[in-house]
Amino acid sequence: MNTVNFLLMRQEILLTSIVLLLIVAEIFVPASRKKSIIHLALFFFAVHTLVGFLPMAEGTQFGGMFRNTSLIHLFKNILNIGVLILLFQSADWLQNKIFSQDRGTEFFVLLFTSLLGMYFMISAGDFLMFYLGLELSTLPIAALAAYETHKLISSEAAVKFILSAALASGVALFGISLLYAVSGSIYFDVVAVNIEQNPLTALALVLFLSGLGFKISLVPFHFWTADVYEGAPICVASYLSVISKGAAAFILMIILFTVLKPLIDIWENIMYVLAVATMTLGNLFALRQQNMKRFLAFSSIAQAGFILLGLITGTQLGAATLVYFVAIYIFSNLAAFGVVQAISQKTGKENMSDYEGLYRTNPNLSLVMMLALFSLAGIPPVAGFFGKFFLFTAAASEGYYLLVFIAVANVTVSLYYYLLVIRAMFLRTHPDAIPYFKNSLYMKIGLIATVLGILSLGLYSPLYEYIHELSSKLL
Amino acid sequence: MDILTLFVALPALTILALIFAKDLRQSRTIAMVGSLIQLGMALNLLFAYFRERAINKEVFVFVKDVVWFESFNIHYSIGVDAISVVLILLTSIVVLAGVFISWKMPELPKEFFISLVVLSAGVYGFFISTDLFTMFVFYELAVIPMYLLIGIWGSGPREYAAMKLTLMLMGASAVLLVGILGIYFNSNADGGALTFNLLQIAEVNIPFEAQKLFFPLTFIGFAVIGALFPFHTWSPDGHASAPTAVSMLHAGVLMKLGGYGVFRVALFLLPEGALHWSWFFIILSAIGVIYGAFAAIKQTDLKYINAYSSVSHLGMVLFALLMLNKTAWNGAILQSLSHGFMTALFFALIGMIYGRTHTRDVTKLGGLLKVIPFISVIYVIAGLASLGLPGFSGFVAEMNIFVGAFQHDNLFYRIATIVSVSAIVVTAVYILRVVGMMLMGPVKNDAYLQLEKATWFERTGILLLLIPIVIIGVAPLWLSNAILDSLTPFLAHLT
Repeated sequence: MNTVNFLLMRQEILLTSIVLLLIVAEIFVPASRKKSIIHLALFFFAVHTLVGFLPMAEGTQFGGMFRNTSLIHLFKNILNIGVLILLFQSADWLQNKIFSQDRGTEFFVLLFTSLLGMYFMISAGDFLMFYLGLELSTLPIAALAAYETHKLISSEAAVKFILSAALASGVALFGISLLYAVSGSIYFDVVAVNIEQNPLTALALVLFLSGLGFKISLVPFHFWTADVYEGAPICVASYLSVISKGAAAFILMIILFTVLKPLIDIWENIMYVLAVATMTLGNLFALRQQNMKRFLAFSSIAQAGFILLGLITGTQLGAATLVYFVAIYIFSNLAAFGVVQAISQKTGKENMSDYEGLYRTNPNLSLVMMLALFSLAGIPPVAGFFGKFFLFTAAASEGYYLLVFIAVANVTVSLYYYLLVIRAMFLRTHPDAIPYFKNSLYMKIGLIATVLGILSLGLYSPLYEYIHELSSKLL
Repeated sequence: MDILTLFVALPALTILALIFAKDLRQSRTIAMVGSLIQLGMALNLLFAYFRERAINKEVFVFVKDVVWFESFNIHYSIGVDAISVVLILLTSIVVLAGVFISWKMPELPKEFFISLVVLSAGVYGFFISTDLFTMFVFYELAVIPMYLLIGIWGSGPREYAAMKLTLMLMGASAVLLVGILGIYFNSNADGGALTFNLLQIAEVNIPFEAQKLFFPLTFIGFAVIGALFPFHTWSPDGHASAPTAVSMLHAGVLMKLGGYGVFRVALFLLPEGALHWSWFFIILSAIGVIYGAFAAIKQTDLKYINAYSSVSHLGMVLFALLMLNKTAWNGAILQSLSHGFMTALFFALIGMIYGRTHTRDVTKLGGLLKVIPFISVIYVIAGLASLGLPGFSGFVAEMNIFVGAFQHDNLFYRIATIVSVSAIVVTAVYILRVVGMMLMGPVKNDAYLQLEKATWFERTGILLLLIPIVIIGVAPLWLSNAILDSLTPFLAHLT
């Protein structure tokens, strides 16, 4: 091992130094100027995101525990962009609500640590690293969910999250130990060779999937989702629904497609059932939601069901469309959460009925929301359409026409509830509509970035082609 | 930029200009200029097409092909034949007339015209596409603005109507998506590469089992927007609640996407599936024809009468397409055109009558011929065209359809044809009933004596729509020949 090899971990090292720098800054910045830490953290992270786009070698480290491929590198960049947008969107909230209570730096430290955990999780070359990354990414979120300490509901969300997360990790760990028992190794490469179909591996697979199903909030592991989203601060809910879910879906795909590929006969059936249940139940629950956070929670459960359509294939096409869909989903959902955040922090209103007549008073916010919802619903020409179409194409390529049919029926149902929000904003007028307000510069950047993503990711095809090419090396 | 891409690019430019418009005057001027140029381009395309056709015998002319998503073999590929050219012309005329009719849009005018232009861009794009994927993109792009157009500017139960329409049409497009994917993954049946290109797929022998499975999905996916019975229920509610220009565009243009898609995709790519299933869909469309006509008799709301009449007339289009022969297909295309102009004209007139009398209930109206003669006379003319009087476009179209349908000597086809033909009589009943109740007789309400005469922009809009009806009715041969010429490759593929 030499220092050059450490460059494979460039992203991790850089992020760790940012975390350490922020802790030091917290000590030395005087209390009166604490708010400047927000700008500092944003600046650091923006630099980190930019540096992430520098080319990176592929390879493994620590005897195969840590590995880096172009696809993993790309996915880390996607996560970085997501987190950066998220930081821009939450800067106001931090400044007004959190830093005024002198406990803002921890927010960044916890958030970045969680992201660091995700890096390790998706870069894992064995189950130990994977598990460590999973835990490192989960635990800080519990603290983040409880961040609005003056609200009981926030603490409740944190407790619910940590209890469910602990259970899920325990179950996943049991699955991993069974995998170790049958294959004699925890290294992905070795497990992939040694594993064979028998009842014990099937059990291990089911337990492992249950643990990760919790992270992606698949039905029936979704019960925590709505309550936690509702109670947690909006940016934390947003983080959970886009970054955390995206990373978990990605690593699940890598493990299923490379390590557990011999068991495809088992897990494709499981995925089929989970996909149908997740799409359908997520949609049905979303129909009746009034609170925007709960609404987006159930909508994101339904979206997770669509992600499974790429997972079920086990092919390169499935991998490429999944990564592409997740990237688009991150932008779309961040846009939706961003608008909810903007309105909530100015007015404290979070219900769909509060949005009535919003277009007449705040046209730009309404348009961003409309684009985001169209993208989530999959309506051209915004990116979500392409993401969904390609996912369905991937599933159909393996002959899952019935599943695609169920999925498109669900798309139509989901269109109904997305249109409910548009109905409130555009079709209705209300004497007490939320009055016009100006957004801060950071919020504007955060929203415009998502809109650019939503508009360009679909129509501009080279991005998909790039992902397609990278994913060919996966299998 | 090539002659066809301009049809999508110009609406995009119009939208950009509209974003900077400040008030009603600016918005309507921009929209009018944009649609005028569009009409000029469509006329130019018509002549350019005839010139090009004389030297170019390909199925589609003005073709262009740009790779879009390479790994899926998705291309932005475009091209037109006579059928798409005339439908593009129809669209540009109806859009322009729609802009004139919306000259005094009181609420959110900028947004209204933007949505209208987005819709028209989707329609143009749909008609020029020769690639299933781009076709599908444009189809959805054309449908989704309807939600806002009906929901924001509509009347009556507008939220309900907008939601119903959007969900039914989007649900249909979801079914269509499965059909398209099915076609795509069978497009390598002869060992070639997977493709979305219409002409390339047409050369492949898709296995019969797949055709049997995917034909109904594709057919229903398109036919719902063509008001196929029993999936037509979105249409009366949608039309009744929509503002005038939107009803015009919707019935006049958007519903034509159904027949066009059935013809271009379902029948062209899955001919064996079509033969296998045609009996079933012939029954459905014949029911639609007769049911729409009878339902129109019972209605008292002018818009509902016209909406059910559309169900009946467009049922004839689907019926004729399923006859799978040259004469009937020619009739189907002519009927699409004729119905497009006629129904847009009807809705424009209904909008004017409603704008003046504030009611659409025929039992409350009466004697309008005495007070607003221009509007009333045009209404009578449109009515006569609609019931198929010789000299107007409706006659030419229906004549072709039923002559074509009767060419089948099978008893089933004969019965279906006779049933559908009888709808013409019923059409005469409901048209003449409205004319009698609404236009003739004494003026029922004194307030109607002071109704405003038709304004210049209203007259312009009306004449724009009336002229083509007369042209097609009096001199159909050039049009018919051009369409028959374009039908040849499709017929050849069928046998």
